[in-house]
This record gives sequence, structure tokens and C-alpha cells, in this order.
Amino acid sequence: MNLDSEVPAGAIEDKWDKHRFEMKLVNPANKRKFNIIVVGSGLAGAAASATLAELGYNIQCFCFQDSARRAHSIAAQGGINASKNYQNDGDSTFRLFYDTVKGGDFRSREANVYRLAQISVNIIDQCVAQGVPFAREYGGLLANRSFGGAQVSRTFYARGQTGQQLLLGAYQALQRQVAAGKVRMHEFTEMLDIVVIDGQARGIVARDLATGKIYAHVADAVVLATGGYSNIYYLSTNAKGCNVTATWRAHKRGAAFGNPCFTQIHPTCIPQSGDYQSKLTLMSESLRNDGRIWVPTKTGDTRQPGKIPPGERDYYLERLYPSFGNLTPRDVASRRAKEAVDDGRGVGPTANGVYLDFRDAIRRLGADTIAERYGNLFDMYEQITGESPYEVPMRIYPAPHYTMGGLWVDYNLMSTIPGLFVIGEANFSDHGANRLGASALMQGLADGYFILPYTIGDYLAQTKLGPLTADHAAFAEIESDVSDRINRLLSANGTRTVDSFHRELGRVMWDLCGMSRNATGLKEALRRIPELRQEFWNDVKVAGQGDDLNQSLEKAGRVADFFEFAELTCRDALHRDESCGGHFREEYQTDEGEAKRDDEAFAYVAAWEYTGPDSEPRLHKEFLEFEYVELTRRSYK
Amino acid sequence: MNLTLHVWRQAGPDDKGRFERYEARDVSPHMSFLEMLDVVNETLIVEGGEPIAFEHDCREGICGACGMVINGSPHGPKKAVTTCQLHMRSFDDGDEIWIEPWRAKAFPIRKDLVVDRSALDRVIQAGGYISVRTGSAPDANAIPIPKEKADVAFDAATCIGCGACVAACPNASAMLFAAAKVTHLGLLPQGQPERYERVVRMVARMDAEGFGYCSNHGACQTACPKEISTDFIAQLNRDVLKASLVLD
Repeated sequence: MNLDSEVPAGAIEDKWDKHRFEMKLVNPANKRKFNIIVVGSGLAGAAASATLAELGYNIQCFCFQDSARRAHSIAAQGGINASKNYQNDGDSTFRLFYDTVKGGDFRSREANVYRLAQISVNIIDQCVAQGVPFAREYGGLLANRSFGGAQVSRTFYARGQTGQQLLLGAYQALQRQVAAGKVRMHEFTEMLDIVVIDGQARGIVARDLATGKIYAHVADAVVLATGGYSNIYYLSTNAKGCNVTATWRAHKRGAAFGNPCFTQIHPTCIPQSGDYQSKLTLMSESLRNDGRIWVPTKTGDTRQPGKIPPGERDYYLERLYPSFGNLTPRDVASRRAKEAVDDGRGVGPTANGVYLDFRDAIRRLGADTIAERYGNLFDMYEQITGESPYEVPMRIYPAPHYTMGGLWVDYNLMSTIPGLFVIGEANFSDHGANRLGASALMQGLADGYFILPYTIGDYLAQTKLGPLTADHAAFAEIESDVSDRINRLLSANGTRTVDSFHRELGRVMWDLCGMSRNATGLKEALRRIPELRQEFWNDVKVAGQGDDLNQSLEKAGRVADFFEFAELTCRDALHRDESCGGHFREEYQTDEGEAKRDDEAFAYVAAWEYTGPDSEPRLHKEFLEFEYVELTRRSYK
Repeated sequence: MNLTLHVWRQAGPDDKGRFERYEARDVSPHMSFLEMLDVVNETLIVEGGEPIAFEHDCREGICGACGMVINGSPHGPKKAVTTCQLHMRSFDDGDEIWIEPWRAKAFPIRKDLVVDRSALDRVIQAGGYISVRTGSAPDANAIPIPKEKADVAFDAATCIGCGACVAACPNASAMLFAAAKVTHLGLLPQGQPERYERVVRMVARMDAEGFGYCSNHGACQTACPKEISTDFIAQLNRDVLKASLVLD
């Protein structure tokens, strides 16, 4: 397997410019002869589809939602980073680059991250021109805030709905191209497999969710913008439909999977309230700017928070990390919350949370200012819990939120299958072992608007692609694979629902491969997951038929893939004998309980190759070199 | 608490459809409305029935996927929330709950509570955008926008495209949906060049899709989970009027 990163030579600040010049261009008159499939219509997918269509390519864009506007990017709350330095507080391309590499605990590729920081400024320009209503100051210029552990204010935001507003900008650009006839949208359609012919990605097989019909779609290149796999834990902040199917299917057809065990647990979510719980709700991290996190100093303290005097409160982040305080990065804040709860100091009816308290901020700034900053989040919290954060502290607990791992891609965002590009959260590229707040939106849009449209042209300009129609035998073969699988799911006719299996898998993953992991637990997971998968195929009960709208069947296919993927995730976590970022292996920690990296042995991307249903995946390594950022231990003290 | 549900069941677009009765037992007040339906569906599946089809995705009130008419109100009895954010503490033990899909000519029923809302996408395609090619934007701070104006544009931009306004309207008009987009873009300096073309084309598209006319009933504003104001409809009407003067 070729893991050449294709990073251009030269100084880091010149690489992207130089590469843009060196890439081959497709003649404007020839662009309309190329057909590109984009799967997913979130920030990355919509931005890529719109931009490629503007350039003249013919695009077919797929999403399983009933409208492109509903992709899960819409739920991002906090903001988007850009090194504009509008606040004159010392930000720069290099600082954003440095923070991202360090925040990712030195497990990302320097050249990619530098490019991301460079492009960040163009994204803000583009979005404002589209009419995205970012927050503004009274002078009419854009407002910024500090977010998620950054010591400069580089985050642009739109109340607590930044993802929604950015996605609507991209969605509107996409709809404009639909009207222009350059994009054909396939909503309510789910990709179920990818078609590789002569080693090149040449199309997909997808199911129309309204009619159940299976169709093959031919293309000259395929782009996956299908998001992350946090729903492997069943309970996560992801939308219910988020799944690993597209990337997992591509993996089984030859695309290497990079760092699957790098999952991010977000520190500020509403704790679970019962067994029926279907998802966890995120409370934006921006709340940590004004909220103070604490638990009682005593274990088993069941007093109401207002009754606990200041001396009996442990503001543990402020205590442990005086310089970053409540703004320590996500992985650190999450782990410390788990520690407090495991220690018996958790709060709330089931003692499964920590307080995020706004009392001091309200005293200092007034309730009106707090309402202006966080009003919609407070309302959402009250809706779910029945408690007002203006009066009692919020209760929060970490929840799976984002996955840094994803399909391995080179500098051109191409996977190990030529012609298969992967963008946004679906790829592994820019966040290393931990993503900083407000960087997901930045990466999705950077990939979609400003990177892929160049690199895909370079591929098309220099690749020989034979003429092809859906009559080719490879399409029929994969269509029949897909149908067989659907029939197997429908005919299992067992006794347990898909959700009950998904919950059980989620529980295993959360307990044994969640916020902290150890070898014994991971081995246990690797024993239980295949058993559970077997039981799933034997005993699952999928209601209804395959030839109409069948949500039970849709879920079954996704959960079947989660079962296979879960094993790879645990295997990756077990092989990485170090702690870094979101991957905390209990055996590898300092005396103070901080993550202990092993750069000698593990400064590489683990790229896994699929070798068949009954054989172990093969590990390939892309070694990471750090020329510009010195490998140091992350310290937020 | 225990509840009795009357749920609209319709096998497909051509089926006539009917209400069916279900008992929801031991419902916790902390459950969301959709979690309550999940539990009903789990039982249905195990008993060999077909689960109730309904749309949902983010379950935090922002994607706009969910939506059903609950006891006659789109998104149910509580103000300013989507169905997924409605919690069972808004109901009492013994309540009977009637659950129906959005009903509008422009929203054909796909199955049970799932309707086809692609007409809303086509209204956006008619002009609900600012034509700006990737890469051609000036520096973001080169376009200062007074905060008051930006805030109103934002209020309009919060529409999630769920379609509750259409479901609430006795004429099944999509006026609030279109007005929100027209106002969002029309208030911003970037949106000026296409302002009048935009409103004319979006209104024409609404009519072509089979949405009804607006008769200032106001039910849309009451049903809107994002509390979008009917003031924006007045803004749309002003722009339509101006368009007739400005455009040839």
C-alpha cells in the first residue's frame, strides 16, 4: 500500500502556492466532460459541490436527509477559527498552525495544517460575501471570541448557530448550481457501496430511501464528505443518522483507514437522564468562557448547589491548570470531569455530571449580557432538563462528539484508491489526536471550497479514464452484493431490534474504548464485539420490506457496519501503546495523570488496510516529521 | 405516565391512510416526544408490526427534519420548540394525543408522518442565495454592516426549513419561509444587487409549487419553532411592490 503523503518540497509557507502552480489544470472547455460524485451535503460536501459546479464540472451530490440543508454540520454551535488577527491580539497564520499541531498532540501532518491555517482567512471572506450573518460589533465590523483553549480571539460566530449559518451559505450556493443545471441533487438517497474499476474509483451504488430502489451511478471521480462515526458509541452528540457506512465500504474496497481510535469526547454535554435516551445534547464550549466548572470537595455530597459554601467547592480545572483554567482543551477537560465523577463527586440526580456555573458571570456582567451571549443555549438546556441555568448551575458531562480518525488521504485529499477523495470529518487529516474547538467548520470548508477543487482537477487532468457506463459488470456485481445484504438483514427475523444491538455495542465501546482505555479492556472488547456481531446477524429483527421507505432497515445496515468498524477501532487503540490527545491509555500517564506520548515509537499515522472478512487488518505507517513545531509535552498549567 | 396515541398511518403516497390507536405505557416526563415514539416503535417491531415512520435527525432543534402535528398544533403545544425538543413533561397522565403529518398540497405524504418537502428547496433554487463564486470575495471587514441591521438579518436567517409554517397555515402558504430568506438576504448590502429579482422569482416558484396565498392569518408565526416574525412577510410584500417599479 502506497502511503506517500505527496507533500510538496520547500518551505512550509510556500508549499501550497507552489503546489497550486505545479498542479495540472483542466481546460475550461473540458471541465464539462467530467462527472464527479459527491456523497454528503454538509459543509465539506456542499462547498465542494457548489465550487466544482461553478468551475464547470458536472456534479451529482447525494445525501440521506430529505434536504441538503439538514446535514449534521448544521448543529455546530460555537464558531469557526480564522487567523484574521482582526483583534490585533497577536494571531497569525503561524500561530493558528502551531496551536492546531500542538492541540492535536503532534499526530497530524504539518504541511496540511499549515495550509488549513493559510486558507482560514479566505473562508471568512467567502462566507460573509454569501450573506452569512456573523456576529458584529457596533461599528459594523466582525466580532470575535476566544474559544476552546485558544489564547487569542480568532473565532467568528453566529450566536450559537454558526454551523447552521455556514451550512445555509454553502447550501444556497449549492442550490444556485442546482438551478443552473450543474448539480443534480439526490436527496433521501444513501450510498451503500463504492465501485472501483481497474484500481480507480468510478462510481457508487445507492439506495433511494423512498422507494427502496438500488441504483448505480457512474463518475470520473468520487468524493466522500460523509462525516464522522461518533455514533459507534450509540449515545453521542451526532445526529441520529450519522454513520460510518460510506467510509467503511470504501475501506473494504481498498481505502486505508487512518487512526480510527482518535475519537473526541466533548466536555460540555447534558448528562444522560434515562435508558430510553436516544442522543446526547451538546452545550457549546463557548459556555466555558463565562461558566466555572466545579464539583463538591466531599464525595457523595447531595446538597443543592446553592447550599454548598465556596470553601467546599472544587473548581478543579482552575486548580489544576491555573493559566488555562476552565478553557483547557477538550480532551483534558473531559478526562478531569470523568475523574471527578468516578471519584464519587458527581452531581445531579444520578451523580453523573459536574457543574458549569454562571453565578459569578451573572453577578459580574448582568443577566442580560449572559442572555445575549448564551440565551438560546440556556433555553435549550431548560427545555431538556426543566432547570434554568440563570438560577441553578448547569450540569454537564462529556459525550462522544467528533472523530479525528477517518480515511487516510494524501496532501491532495485523495485516499489510497485513486480517484476517491475524502473531505471534512470523513478524512483523518488535520486534527491529529485531538481537535481544537471551532476547527471542524474551518476544515470542512477549507477542504470543500479551496483545496479539493484544485486537487481533483490535477487528478482528472493527468489520469487516463476509460469510457464507462453502468452496464459494466462491476456495477451489476456490487448492486447484487448490496441487495443480498439487504435481504439477509430482512430475512434474519430474530427477536431483537436494531436499536437494542446498537445500544449494546455503544455500551461496550463507551466502557472499553471511550474516554480512557487500557489493554485488558480493549482485549475484552475485541472478544465481545465479534460475538455480538454474530448475534446481531442471527437474531436481529428488521421490520417491513426492502421496497419502500423502511427506517428500521436503514438503521440495520448502518449498525452492521458499525459492528465491523468497532473492531478496527479497538484494534487501533490497543496497538497504540501511548496516550495522546483523545486517545488516553491508562497505562501511559504521568504521575499527575497527564497523557504520556511516546514520540520515538508512535509519531506516525496508523493506516489500516482491509485484508478480508476473516483475516486481521494490516497496519501501515506514515511517519510524521516535525520541522516547524517542536515536539513538546502539552502543558496547560 | 400512560398515554393513548392516535397516529396517522399511511403505507405510501397512494394509500388512503387512517388513524391507529396505540397505548404508550410508563412514559417518563424527561423523555423527548420522539423518544416516547421510539419506545412505542420498539414494541411494535418486537410484536411483528411496522414501526411508525417519522423524520428526525439532529434531535436538538436545528436540522429541521422532524415535524408532526400534535393535537392540531405543528410541533405540539409548546411555543418555540421543534418536536424533538418537546418533552413529555408537557403532557399529563391519561392524555390522548393525536399525531398527524404536515398536511399541504405541496408536501405529498411519503409514509405515515413523513412528507416530501423538496418544494422548499426549489423555492430557494429560484433565488434564495447571493451569487458569489468561490474565491471572488473581498476581505470580510470590507463590508461593514450596522449591528442592528445584522441582528435583524440574523433573526430572519434562523429559519430551519421545517415547514411548520406551511402546516399551520389554513392556505398552506410558504410565505413565512420565503419571507425569512428574502429578508435575511435583502437587508444585507451583499444581497442588494439581486434583491428584487430574488423576491419575484421566489414568489413565482411558491405559486408554481402549489403553496397557497398568504391571507395574514398569522398561524405561521405561532407555529414557528424559531419564532420568525410575520413582520418579514410585510417586508417581502414591500419588496414585491418595489420590484414592480424597479424591474422592467
